[in-house]
This record gives sequence, C-alpha cells and structure tokens, in this order.
Amino acid sequence: MSRRELLGWGLGLVALLGLALLPRWIEGDYVLSLLISVLMYSVLATAWALFSGPTRYISLATVAFFGVGAYCTAVLGEVLPWAGVLAVALVVGVVMALIVGLATLRLSGVYFVIFSFGLAELTKQLFTWYEVNITKDIGRYVFVDVTQQDIYWQLLALLALVLGLRALINRTRLGLALRVIGEDETVAVHVGINTTVVKVLLFALSAAFITVAGAIMAPRWTYIDPSIAFAPTISFQTLIMALLGGPGALLGPVLGAVPLVLLFEYLSASFPNHFSILLGLVFMVIVYLVPNGLVGLLRRKGGGR
Amino acid sequence: MNPIDILLAGATLGGLYGLTAMGLTLQYGVARIMNLSYGEFLIAPAFLTYVLVSQFGWSPLWVLGVVMPLGFVLQWGIYQLLLTPLVRRTGAGPALEVDSILATFGLLFVVQGLMLVQFGGNYHSYDYLSVPVNILGSTVAANRLLVLLFAVLVGGGLYLLLTRTRMGTVVRAVSVAPRFAPLVGIHVRQTSALAYGIGGALVAVCGVLVSMFLPFSASMGTMFAMKALIVVIMGGVGNLMGCLVAGLLLGFAETLVASFVDPGLTLAVNYALFLLVLLFRPTGLFGRVGR
Repeated sequence: MSRRELLGWGLGLVALLGLALLPRWIEGDYVLSLLISVLMYSVLATAWALFSGPTRYISLATVAFFGVGAYCTAVLGEVLPWAGVLAVALVVGVVMALIVGLATLRLSGVYFVIFSFGLAELTKQLFTWYEVNITKDIGRYVFVDVTQQDIYWQLLALLALVLGLRALINRTRLGLALRVIGEDETVAVHVGINTTVVKVLLFALSAAFITVAGAIMAPRWTYIDPSIAFAPTISFQTLIMALLGGPGALLGPVLGAVPLVLLFEYLSASFPNHFSILLGLVFMVIVYLVPNGLVGLLRRKGGGR
Repeated sequence: MNPIDILLAGATLGGLYGLTAMGLTLQYGVARIMNLSYGEFLIAPAFLTYVLVSQFGWSPLWVLGVVMPLGFVLQWGIYQLLLTPLVRRTGAGPALEVDSILATFGLLFVVQGLMLVQFGGNYHSYDYLSVPVNILGSTVAANRLLVLLFAVLVGGGLYLLLTRTRMGTVVRAVSVAPRFAPLVGIHVRQTSALAYGIGGALVAVCGVLVSMFLPFSASMGTMFAMKALIVVIMGGVGNLMGCLVAGLLLGFAETLVASFVDPGLTLAVNYALFLLVLLFRPTGLFGRVGR
C-alpha cells in the first residue's frame, strides 16, 4: 500500500467516525431524515456504480432489488431477529441477481439493459398479483423496533462497507479485469478474462447491497405497498446521482448524491406535481453537459490524469 | 372461451404488438438509438385521440390521418435536435448506445410527467364502434376487428415500402452496413433521421389503435415499450417479418394466459418468453449466429 492510499483509508476512517457521532449533535427529526436520505442514495448510487461504473452496463433495475429488500423486512420483520432479516434480504438479492445475470450478461449489453428496464415493473406486478390474490390485502404495515438513528447508523455502516469493498476491488485482479471489460470487451475475452463470471459476480455483489439497503429503509415507511416499494423514481434518481458524480471514480456517486438529494428534496416539496418532469430535465442536462461526471470535470480543470 | 375467440383476440393483440415493434426495430436497427421513451410516444397520441374524440367529436379514423405525419415530424425533430449531438459526440461508436439509452430515459420521465399533470393517473377510454359482430359463432367488438385490419394494412404497407422502393433499399443498406453505406453515396445521418421518423409515425398510429379498444393510463407507456423491446429481440433486430411473428406469438401467449390462468400474470408471461429466447436463441427466432 502506498502512502497516498494509507492516507485515504485514514481520512476515510476519520470521516466515518465523525459521521457516526453526528446524530448526537443534531436536533430535529427533519435534519436526521434528510441525512438518512443522503446516506440511502449514497449507498444505492455507490452500489450501482460498483457494477455499472467499470463495466459501463447501465442497470435500470435498482428499485427491483430495493423493493424486494423492503418486502423482506415487511414480511419477516416480526418473525426473525433484525440480523436475520438482513441476512435473508442479502441472500434473496443475490439469488435474484444471479438469475438475471446468468440469463442476460452472457450476451451483449443491450439485453441486460432491456431486461433491467422491465425487471422493476415485473417484480411490482408479481408482488401485486400475490398480494391481491393470495393475501387479499394490497398493503402491509412494517412493525419493527428500529429508530431513525438506528437506520442512520446502519446505512452509514453499509456505505462504509460498500466504499471499502470498492476500494479493495480496485486493487485486485478482479478490478483490473472489470476495467478491461469496460474499455473493450473483445480485448478482455482475448486476454483470457472469463467476462461472464466477472460481470455476474459484480452484479450480484451490487444487488446484495441494494437489497440490504431496501431492508434497512423499510421501517421508515411503516406502511408499504408495491407502488411505494417499487417506485421507478428510486432507480432513476440513483442513476442520475451516480452519473452526475461520475460512476468511474470511488467517491463520484457520493459526490453526486449529496447535492442532488438536497435539490430533489426541494423540488419535490415545492413542485410535487411536476417532480418527474423536473427530474427528467435535470437528468438530460447532466447527460448532455456533464457526460463524464463532476469527477471528470474536476480532473480536466485540474489538468490531472 | 371458444377457440375462435382466442384466435381473434390473440391476433388483434399480436398484430398490435407486431406493429409497435416494427417502429422500434426501425429506430434501433437503422438509427441505432435504443429509445426507452418509445412507449410514451404511444400513449401521448392515445390521449390526443381521447381529447379529439370525446371533446371535439372527431372520428378516430380522422385522427389517424393527422397523427401519422405529426408523429413522423415529432420524432424526426427529436432525432435532429436531441440525438444528433450524441451521435456527433460518440462518433456513432459503442458509446452512442449508452448515451442514447440515458437521454431517452430522461425524455421518458419528462413526457410521462407532462401527461400525468395533464390527465392524472387514471385510466381513460372512449366509446367507438363497440358494436358486437358475430364471426363463426364468436362475438367480437367491431373496433377490435378494425384494429386488426389496420395492423395488417400498415404493417404490409411498411413491408412493401422497405422492400420495393428505392428509399426502402437505402434504409436497409444503413441498417445492414452503416459504415459502407456512405461509399455508395448514402447520407447515413439523414437516413437515420428518416427511419427514426417513420418509427415515430408507426408508434403514433399504434397509440390511436390502442385508444380504440383498450383503456389506457399515463404510466402505461413503459409497459408497451418493454413489450416492443421484447418482440424486437425475439424477432431479431431489424427484421420486420420477425417482428410480426414474434408479436403474434406474444399476443397469443398473453391471451391464453389471461383467459385460462390469470390476467394479472401477462407481463410475467412476456418475461418468461423473453428469458427462453435469451437462453436458447439469443440472436432472435430467425437470427443468424453472431451480429
């Protein structure tokens, strides 16, 4: 490990410690709930970029995994201990990602995008069908003894985990393999990388984090139904944030999440009816004007790499 | 349900899916734009028809005549204004696919949002030719038969346009060999815009047809886009006949499941079919090996 990396890990630890102590000083639920939103989208965007950043495969299925995680809590919250719920969410997310990944990631990227585009709608309809026909009740109440602060700390731990993992993967052969796939998949095959295994592995990892994030967030709603748990704007916002920051860089997604959560909070409070139009416009502005993310912009300004 | 019922219902739905997918296969196969906002431009004309029919007393058939050129101009303009910068930026390379997916995904939310503000989230429909017609002992609404007729006419017309005219040959040349088309004097970008526009005209027609016999809502576009995408992949990208066959297959599968199992599971059926195709024939039902 070089000196720079050691410095990075040290700074990261200090930041983590500072953020962990933050709830002691802040007053008012509003600020805390805002912080939770920031953390949630930081986790989602970083987990999304874990797979999509280096490979450049756009996944539109974030909320499919997130919603499944939320339902794990809703269904099992009263039956299992909290750690058990999270473990189940993790396993369910991984299994789902493996099925999707094995079916689509062997092929070219378009199939994956199309599949992920509809996956959220599919899971939503399946859950709706199940609730309407089997349980005869479309909504569920989430009764779990978890406070806002617990959610905050759990999300923070999850964020630290996903960031740390991403930094570690960058150092290994797996990270190198991913970057080669992102640059040119044909080359990757020719230098002997088993591209399917690498892609499926990373996709499952990314999905695991997203599902667990969904499970952690569920108690915040107290009531969920399929249209809340599988709201397409969650996928969309995650994508926007990761792209604004720059999915290729370690801290890029977090950099994008912080300003955009605040912006979207303002927009959804001030223009509740026009929110999705504004969301779309913000997104298009980013695609056209900041194609390489804020990190890319900073690097070019600084004349660095 | 008797077999004739299922045959007619499946053919109507399948013909509509086939037609929808034909427009998308033109946009993706020729212009190389993976248009995720495609379904929104199906629902928008459906709402336009709804307003013109229920408030101004137009016949949906007149609307059809108006909407076709309108859809063409609109999508042609979108290609020229919004997508040409991306084509330039990426040099029509592999990055174009990613960028166009992102840009049209943004567009999806804008158009959907506009429709939600205007019409709310409820289902809309109007009454048109819902008189029962008796065919071989099966009763169908006349509007469904009309939809089937139009699907056949428009689909057949497009097929002739692409295979029998000089313009069609140019469009197919760009689809098959975009890098070599300029060597024989074809302007690739103009041809792409043209194909993108024709796709727009087709999807607008589909929107009017949908409004004739199905209730629709502002958030249904994604589902139509999804089905069209599945049909395009199943039929093989750029293959019009493949679209028709795959569309019919999907239509029949949905009708069978809806009448014998549960109408709530039709999307799951779409997905199951899609998965089977991906696992066993990833280049499409009639695709050549490799792309």
